[in-house]
Amino acid sequence: MSTTTTAVTPAPRGVSRSTGGRRQRALQLAFIVPAGTYLALFFGYPVIQNLLMGFQEYTTATFFTGEAPWVGLDNYRAVLTSEIFRRAAVNTVVFTFLSIAGQFVLGMALAVFFRRRFPLNNVLRSLLLLPWLIPLIVSSAIWRWMLDKDSGVVNQMIGAISASNADVGWLTDTSIAMAALVGVNIWLGIPFALTILYSGLQDIPQELYEAGALDGATGRRAFRHITWPLLRPVVTVVLVLGVVYTLKALDIILGLTGGGPANATQTLATEAYRLSFVQFDFGQGAAVGNLLIVVSLLFAVIYLRANRRAIDE
Amino acid sequence: MLLETAPPTTRATTGAVPKRPRRTGTLDTVMGIGVVAILLFPIYWMVNVSLQPGGRAVGTSWFPFSPDLAGYATAFADQSTNLVTSLLVASGSVVFSLLIAAPAAYALAQFRLRGLNVLLFAILISQMIPGIVVANALYSVYSDLGLLNSLLGLIVADSSAGIPFGILIMRAFMTQLPVSVIEAARVDGAGQIRAFVSIVLPMSRNALITAALFTFLFTWGDFLFALTLTTTNTVQPITLGLYSYLGTYVSDWSAVMATAVIASIPAIVLLGIAQRYIAAGTTGGAVK
Repeated sequence: MSTTTTAVTPAPRGVSRSTGGRRQRALQLAFIVPAGTYLALFFGYPVIQNLLMGFQEYTTATFFTGEAPWVGLDNYRAVLTSEIFRRAAVNTVVFTFLSIAGQFVLGMALAVFFRRRFPLNNVLRSLLLLPWLIPLIVSSAIWRWMLDKDSGVVNQMIGAISASNADVGWLTDTSIAMAALVGVNIWLGIPFALTILYSGLQDIPQELYEAGALDGATGRRAFRHITWPLLRPVVTVVLVLGVVYTLKALDIILGLTGGGPANATQTLATEAYRLSFVQFDFGQGAAVGNLLIVVSLLFAVIYLRANRRAIDE
Repeated sequence: MLLETAPPTTRATTGAVPKRPRRTGTLDTVMGIGVVAILLFPIYWMVNVSLQPGGRAVGTSWFPFSPDLAGYATAFADQSTNLVTSLLVASGSVVFSLLIAAPAAYALAQFRLRGLNVLLFAILISQMIPGIVVANALYSVYSDLGLLNSLLGLIVADSSAGIPFGILIMRAFMTQLPVSVIEAARVDGAGQIRAFVSIVLPMSRNALITAALFTFLFTWGDFLFALTLTTTNTVQPITLGLYSYLGTYVSDWSAVMATAVIASIPAIVLLGIAQRYIAAGTTGGAVK
């Protein structure tokens, strides 16, 4: 379909100007009002409400009395000076950076590999989507058992290879839990990086490589001078979306470690959850959530600018 | 890059794949199978453990030589209500999301209205908002409105994944629809709404299916809203059922893994029978 329709599109889009004036416009508006309302209620309202809650003492009592006294910056003060928050902030940076780096490098390697033509290529590539499509909580259950200290298969394998008894506490040892979590998160993110990068690679015209080959650009040089520059917009999208998704990751952490042991895997997202839904201090939870939004929005700006450039090109 | 909604088969034949005739790549296939085997090992392990006799035996065997369905029996006994809840919530969310997203996608693709850019911008920004922030604010509203522990409450909240995604993917497709066909219908006297229902929607079938499948998978896999917007186990999706197994010391991993397998069935089935729609959705929603 795409090939036949592109020729027609230069005709003026939309029919708003042709007939009927006002009634017409009202009718057209009716198409977007439901979506606009939904977004306002389920994204706009929560963000504003969260901003307000950050300045309120909003606890379980609020649900009975309906009162949430204004407390100025108390929530932020309490949050920012807490030991757990500092831990969570550092963890969030470590978790996000290492996860994205791992997902990107492995996803890129696989994308380049799958550009080769070989039997079963398509089947194998789509099988790799599976970890992405199953519920995150399922993945965390699987890994929880695989990484079990006493009878997990990972220790079983290490034991078999090293011919000794391996009892690494992947999820229970404070110094290893973060590494294990990052490993699992990389596994989860590979399909996304692979898919987007692969489709980006496919959009680079083959003729460029043929022309490059005539000038002696093959192999690594072709990658550096043809692939990389043309893939840059896609790379930006993968990295920025990856960061945004990783910043808000919650399911996988709650399922694997619950933020433990001893807050070793607590991040800003899990800390916001803990404050609100375990401590029932919704005001402090909101404060952490708001800080998380600020960080996400910073990346959102990068994303939108990169995206605009990608569309312009 | 923008239109990924066409069936991938058209891509494969348009010469996107390198034409180099050198080596047919049997070695590459072997390597590819190796990669898949390593990356999908956890999935295999889930199935393997689910078929092992229960208990917490040290050293699970590598293959279920004598498959035991006790894990599945326990899983179904514990989780059948949750399974029904998940099905209802996911199907409800598909209907709700499409009803809201399809008209908006059409408007974004074909109309020239002020405010459309604002909507598109809002959709892109909405992807950046952490779910925990939404849950934090929704909890008190839901508590006031009596929507905690309700199917409706979960359906509407869970659609926050499907609606923006659906709009983006359907818009990308509907932008490619020939304006001439829609205008011809309108010249014939079809109103705006009729043209949408009887011309645009049927022509956009593939995009609708893709949006529906992903909305189903998103909602089926939702954990955060299920965790925060329910306080009892009356309305509890399978994801939460699985999580509550993990909450305490796990004594019967074969039942847990059997539940995990059951919770993965939609993803596995859809990847098997609707692979072209899945492939269309994986790239379509992100690169916009």
